[in-house]
Amino acid sequence: MIHFEEEQFVQAYYGEVDEDSRRHLEECDDCRAEFVRLRDLLDSVRDYPVPERKASYGSDVWLRLAPHLNPEPPAAKSRPAWFRWWMLAPALATLVVIVFVAGIMTGERQTAISMRARERVLLMAMSDHLDRSQILLTELVHENPESAGLAAQREKARELLTENRLLRQSAVHMGDASDADVLDALERVLLDFANSSSASSSNKLQAIQQRIDNDALLFKVRISGADAREKGQKL
Amino acid sequence: MEWTDAAAADEARKGNQYAFRVLVERHSRSVFRLAFRMTGNEHDAEDLVQETFLRAYKQLHRFDNRSGFNTWLYRICANCSLDLIRMRKRRNEQAFSGDQFPVHWLDRVAAPGPSPERLMQSSQITGQVEAALKRLSETERLAFILRHYEGCDIEEIAEALGVQANAAKHSVFRAVQKLRRALEPALGVAAR
Repeated sequence: MIHFEEEQFVQAYYGEVDEDSRRHLEECDDCRAEFVRLRDLLDSVRDYPVPERKASYGSDVWLRLAPHLNPEPPAAKSRPAWFRWWMLAPALATLVVIVFVAGIMTGERQTAISMRARERVLLMAMSDHLDRSQILLTELVHENPESAGLAAQREKARELLTENRLLRQSAVHMGDASDADVLDALERVLLDFANSSSASSSNKLQAIQQRIDNDALLFKVRISGADAREKGQKL
Repeated sequence: MEWTDAAAADEARKGNQYAFRVLVERHSRSVFRLAFRMTGNEHDAEDLVQETFLRAYKQLHRFDNRSGFNTWLYRICANCSLDLIRMRKRRNEQAFSGDQFPVHWLDRVAAPGPSPERLMQSSQITGQVEAALKRLSETERLAFILRHYEGCDIEEIAEALGVQANAAKHSVFRAVQKLRRALEPALGVAAR
């Protein structure tokens, strides 16, 4: 068995590996362990603060900018096709976790598991779900709207949608408004994409890409996922 | 009805300044984030935000609706950042040393209110990240920021850097490699 080169781990982290490499990462314990080490390190590097801006920041920028602008004539140029992204497979068996989370929410069963352990499971489920959502969103953002086949991505969106609903309800149930907001925004994108038909995919995908951009959804999902993982690991 | 970025850009090309205002208000924060991470200085970042939108306005005819408008802005901002950093280095105006950030830039950063434990760990990690980023070249730093924080793909990074895709990919790899060497021992200690 040929193990990953160092550069391949980096490519895998950023979702740039092909199906064979992805499969190897799933099947090879050594490579997967090394990948997890790199993933944890790079995730921790995301915690890199930028100074807050006021709510009126966009308007303030415009007021400074406007006096310097002059009209420009329109034109258009074509660009090369987008780089193609590949998804990584689920890192955890989320289904088991989701069933567990659903059990927490219903409150119908007494369990010996402490609240801390429950929260940890929920956070790790959340982290795993957001990791996979991030991969899908990243792929959608970079997908050429003109490309025809997105069936695999739609199927993935449907799977994520089911998990997302349960996790959002869990977040609401536990009073975590921030995560609930992110999951709500994510759910609307997943729902729109999962229900879009291939016939209407071009315009629909463009609208979805715009929404992901406009809502900074990818960033929020990424941050929420990293936060959940960090919190879960600390419990 | 709210404009999409593409629709607003189309209107702006026709001379509709309100449409460009929509784009500015929508994307200022993300441009600021990139600018700050590149320069490590709020004032420089503000200058870069303005310069980025000025250049964007002038180059609107070159914007292709097949790419995201914010991605296109990142490319412009990245180039502006490199211009600024190189200019600063030439003039030796500030406390840059080689490819480094100003020494005390973190002192000016106001992080949102985390727990004391989170604050301590975050502060440790951020300090380590800062030190590690200092050791990256401009190209590696920009490639890493675009890849890691802004989610740009290799093609976009290559465009921003003005290099081939393989070179961009290698810059990201080199950056990660250096960060890993610098951070892994420290983060291992912090995590315990």
